[in-house]
Amino acid sequence: MFSYILRRIWSMIPSLLLASIIVFSFIHLIPGDPAQIMLGDQATPEQVQGLREAMGLDRPLYVQYGRWLSGVVKGDFGTSIFFHQPVLHVILDRAETSVLIAVFSMLLIILVGVPIGILSAVRYNSRIDQLFSGLSMLFASVPTFWLGLNLMLLFSVMLRWLPTSGFPSILESGDWSNLRYLVLPCITLAAPNSALIIRLTRSSMLDVAKADYVKTARAKGLSEGAVNIRHIFRNSLISVVSALGFTFVALMAGTVVTETVFSLPGIGRLVVESVLRRDYPTIQGIILIIAFLYMVINLLVDLSFALLDPRIRYS
Amino acid sequence: MKFLSAFYRRKIALAGLLIIGVLVVSALLAPYIATFDPQEMNPVDKLRSPDGTYYFGTDNFGRDIFSRVVFGARTSLAGSAGVILFSLSIGVLIGVSSGYFRKIEPYLMRLIDVLMAFPPLLLALVLVSILGRGMGNVIIAVGATYLTRTTRIVYGLTLKLREEPYIEAAVASGVKQKWIILKHILPNMMSPLIVQATFTFAFSLLDMAALDFLGLGIPPSIPSWGNMLSEGRMYLTRAPWLLVFPGACIVLTVLSFNLVGDVLRDRLDPHFRRDIEGV
Repeated sequence: MFSYILRRIWSMIPSLLLASIIVFSFIHLIPGDPAQIMLGDQATPEQVQGLREAMGLDRPLYVQYGRWLSGVVKGDFGTSIFFHQPVLHVILDRAETSVLIAVFSMLLIILVGVPIGILSAVRYNSRIDQLFSGLSMLFASVPTFWLGLNLMLLFSVMLRWLPTSGFPSILESGDWSNLRYLVLPCITLAAPNSALIIRLTRSSMLDVAKADYVKTARAKGLSEGAVNIRHIFRNSLISVVSALGFTFVALMAGTVVTETVFSLPGIGRLVVESVLRRDYPTIQGIILIIAFLYMVINLLVDLSFALLDPRIRYS
Repeated sequence: MKFLSAFYRRKIALAGLLIIGVLVVSALLAPYIATFDPQEMNPVDKLRSPDGTYYFGTDNFGRDIFSRVVFGARTSLAGSAGVILFSLSIGVLIGVSSGYFRKIEPYLMRLIDVLMAFPPLLLALVLVSILGRGMGNVIIAVGATYLTRTTRIVYGLTLKLREEPYIEAAVASGVKQKWIILKHILPNMMSPLIVQATFTFAFSLLDMAALDFLGLGIPPSIPSWGNMLSEGRMYLTRAPWLLVFPGACIVLTVLSFNLVGDVLRDRLDPHFRRDIEGV
C-alpha cells in the first residue's frame, strides 16, 4: 500500500509538469506583446518595458519557464499585475469564501444526492422514482446563474429570509451567523450537481442489481434492506466515489458563476475579474492550484477504493 | 419508424423532440416569426410588462423580448451546433488515431488526462480572453473544452470496436487499415457519437450561456439568451420577465436535449452505453 502511494505520487509529477507547461503557455498564446496587453492602452512605453523586464518576458522561453516553475515549486506564483501583491497572497485572501462554499456544497450534494439515488433505485419505476428522475433531469438542465437569480428573487427579495449578496469574512469577525450569506450560493451550486449524483447512484445501483451475487443474496433469504444496502449499494459506491473528482471540477467551474451572481469575494469571482483585467499571473496561479487539487482528490479517491472494495489490493 | 416508436413509449421525451423541432423552425424562420426588429430601441415603451403587443414584454431599451428570444434561439442553436462540429471532428481524428497508432497513444492520453483537471468553464474563460470575444471564438473556446471528453470517448470506442469479430475478420481477410477505419470503425461509432452529441449540445448550451452571463461570451450586439439574462439581471425586481423568458428557453432547450439523449442512450447497444457521458 505504502509503495503504491509513493508510486502514485511519483506519477503525478509528469502530469503536474505538463499542466504547468499548459498554464505557462497561456501568456504566450496571446497575440501581440503580453506586457502591453496586460497593462492596457494607457501604459507608457517605460511601464511596458518595466513589466517586460520584471516578468522576464524579454528572456528566451525556456529561461522564463524555468524561472516561473522554480518559483511555483516554492509557492511563488509571481506578482499580480492588478494588486501588485504576490499571487498566492491574493488567492489566499479570497480562499475563505470559496473553500466554505465548496465544502458545504459537496456535503449537500452527498447528503441529498446519494440517499435519493438509493431510494430511486430501490423503488425502481415507481411514482417516487419517476418524480425524482424527472426532477433531477430538470435541475441538471437549469443554468446555475439563472437558478441563483431566481432563488435570490424568491428568498431574499420577496420573502426577505436571507441576505441577497456579499459575504462578511468569518475569520475576521468570528461571527458564524455570517454563514447565512452562503445558504443560497451553496444550494445554487449543489442543485445541478446533486442531480447528476442522483442519476449516477441510481444507474450504478441498477447495474449492480443485475449481478448474480445479488440473486444469491436474495435466494438465501436476506431481507430486502440488507440486499439493497450491503450488496447493491456497497458495490455501486465505487462509481459514486469516483465521480467526486469530477464533481470537484464542476464545483470549481460553478463557483465562478455563483460567486458572480451573489457578489461573493471568492476565488471564482477573482478568476472572472482577473480575466477581464488580463491579470494573467493570477489566472495562471489559480488554474494551476485547481489542477493540483484535482489530482490530489483523484489520488485520494483511488486510495479509498481499497477501503470500499476488499478485492482491490495495491501492491 | 423504429426511432419514433421509442419516443411514443416515453411521452415526455416526445415532447422534448417537439420542442427541439419548434426551436429549429423558429431559429431558421426567425425574421418571419419575430414581431419586431430585435435590435430596435423604443424608449417610450421601455420595461413594459408582457401584453398583447409585446408578448414577452420589453427591456430597458424598449426592445421586444419575444423577438429577441426568437433570434436568440438562432444564436444558441448555432453556437452549440458549432461546438459539436468542432469537438467531434477533431475528437474523432485524434481519438481514432490514438486507438490505432499506439506509439502516440500514451502521450495523447496523458495530455487529455491533464486537461481534464482544468474546469471546462475556466479553460473557456481563459481561451476567450486570449482569442477575444466573438461568436467563432466562443465556439472554439467551448469546443476545445469538450474536445478532451470527445477524444476520450472516441478512443474508448475505437479500442472496443477493434476487438469486434467482424473487424478481426476484415483484418484477417486482408482489408487495408484505411478501409477498416473508414468502412467499419467510423460507421459503427456513429450511433454512440450521436447520443453523445445530444448531451454535448445540452451542456455546451449551458456553458455558452454562462460565458455570456459573465460578460465574456458572444458580444452584446448579438441577441443571445445568455446576453439577455446578463443585461436583465439589473432589473431583477422591477422587470422579472427579462429573466423569466430567456431563462425558461434555456431550461426547455437543455431539458429537451437531455430527455432525447436519455431515450437514445437506452436504445444504444449496452456494450457502448457506459462510454457515454451524459446526465
